[in-house]
Amino acid sequence: MAGRVTKNRGYAVYLIPGVLASLGVIVVPLVMTVYYSFTKWTGVGDPRWVGLENYTRLFEDSLFWQSFGNIGLLVIAMAVVPTLLGLVLAAVLFDYVAKHFGDRWAGLFRSGYYLPQVLPVAVTGIVWSWILHPSYGALNQILNTVGLEGLAKNWLGDENYALYSVMGVMIWFQLGYPIVMFMSGLSRIDPSLYEAADLDGATWWQRFRKITVHMIRPEFYVVLVTTTIAALKIFAQVFVLTKGGPANSTMVPSYFAYENYFEKARVGYGSAISTVLTVLIVILAFLFLRLQHRSEELR
Amino acid sequence: MTVLKEAPGQAVTTDAPEAAKHRNPVRFLVLAGLLVLLLLMVGPMLAVAVNAFKSPADYAANGPLSIPAELYWDGIVDFWNRVDFGQKLWNSFVTALAVSVLGVVLSILNAYALGIGRVKGRVWFLVFFLVANLLPQEVLVYPLYYISKEAGLYDSLIAIVIIFTVIQSAFGTYLLTSVYSEFPRELLDAAAVDGAGKWRTLWRVVVPVSGPTLAVLFTFFFIWTWNEFFLPLVFLVSNDNQTVPVALGVLQGDRMMDATTTSASALIGIVPAILFFLIFQRTLTRGIAAGAIK
Repeated sequence: MAGRVTKNRGYAVYLIPGVLASLGVIVVPLVMTVYYSFTKWTGVGDPRWVGLENYTRLFEDSLFWQSFGNIGLLVIAMAVVPTLLGLVLAAVLFDYVAKHFGDRWAGLFRSGYYLPQVLPVAVTGIVWSWILHPSYGALNQILNTVGLEGLAKNWLGDENYALYSVMGVMIWFQLGYPIVMFMSGLSRIDPSLYEAADLDGATWWQRFRKITVHMIRPEFYVVLVTTTIAALKIFAQVFVLTKGGPANSTMVPSYFAYENYFEKARVGYGSAISTVLTVLIVILAFLFLRLQHRSEELR
Repeated sequence: MTVLKEAPGQAVTTDAPEAAKHRNPVRFLVLAGLLVLLLLMVGPMLAVAVNAFKSPADYAANGPLSIPAELYWDGIVDFWNRVDFGQKLWNSFVTALAVSVLGVVLSILNAYALGIGRVKGRVWFLVFFLVANLLPQEVLVYPLYYISKEAGLYDSLIAIVIIFTVIQSAFGTYLLTSVYSEFPRELLDAAAVDGAGKWRTLWRVVVPVSGPTLAVLFTFFFIWTWNEFFLPLVFLVSNDNQTVPVALGVLQGDRMMDATTTSASALIGIVPAILFFLIFQRTLTRGIAAGAIK
């Protein structure tokens, strides 16, 4: 039975295209960016080695800190709020709407809430930049019509409000994802668990906390980590809505890097920003994985 | 919320008037709350659809919430012609289709070696693909931009197809490997007994059996690539090569973009995405569930 011995040999060739492609598109560019981050380079001519200069400048750059501070708020808008709100909404849809009004209604709500997720991010940005436009935007016109002129604002153009406006748009954009994920997780739960809780006279809230939240922990972690990383990477919405302005009030690391690469021709500096962002994302992802692993062991 | 303690249906005949009075307000409130939220979620798209069909004068006179005085197609038609939208749709379609096909093939090859072949160092390969998944595109963009310029692929859809094939297949490999590592061994052994080599086994046994998962991957790759913005923005600078999101995104803030034109542009960006959503809806829901248990 020579076949037995060599059973798992000969598969390595199937990895060759994938490995070559990954080298060319991911590994080599990644290494090059890290190298650029130690140089001064405008994109033409040869990069000049400057050691850690980009990094020391970066950590003294208030704009860099501001862009990461803004990300902190965007994590709240893109990860924390949608996850918590999505959890409650998924439970209500699955457990209340589906039972009292039928699955069709639950499905309808789910699809409607999920809709923003399937649209191109740049397009949703256009939709909102129209709604929030100070003069011809729908929101201000509605406020004027109902007599609340005082509340009308330059939503994206006023540095005091721009970031909050972007946060609001991001909550709208993200909410559907946790709802769909959690509802699919809920469908895994054995209905007898709920029946047992009903027999014991548990209230809806008790059932929600003790069964629902507990059972969909795997989805909970997946949603939290993917949405947090999405927040760290946010680019298209900021590009379309505010371009990081006004007065850098909505600056985020990815746009900050883009600006340095392609508008200021400071490739070394842009590379340093991207490298820091990458390190942060990878660390966060592994922390989450550890956390998830541990919580699975506890169960 | 005491209502919920009772089994549904049980109360309907027995304690009708009292319980109904008690039950209806709660039900009504929940439903009303969910409907308001639904309106908030889809409202912006509805508003765009309504205002795309208004003439600028109609919008100026009646504001964003009125029904169009008449169906005014000029805004959409003008915008379509001005940006040559048919070309952009074609660019997006070709790119997304090529990436999804190539990305699925590359994922299959990788996952065949890692999940079924269990080649040496598979854990490290998986860690690599996981990390590749996480990388922000900003950390790859400048070298890719530089290399593609040197290779004469800058401002070409080919560069975008190559890059996204690799990026998407990192996710595909990761997901598909976990599916293939639980692939029924009997099927592989049966194929081996029949004298099929690894290549034949892959295409005759493994791929057909994992069809549903591959359909999910295909759908994801297609929609993700369609929606991509950052790298296409950097790479596709000339008008003829732009994809839908890039063409619409860069026009944002243009002086020619008034309220109705903006609505028109948003609407023609939304419609294809909604079509895909309707076409792929079942695969998508299944896929999101599959993603959760990877």
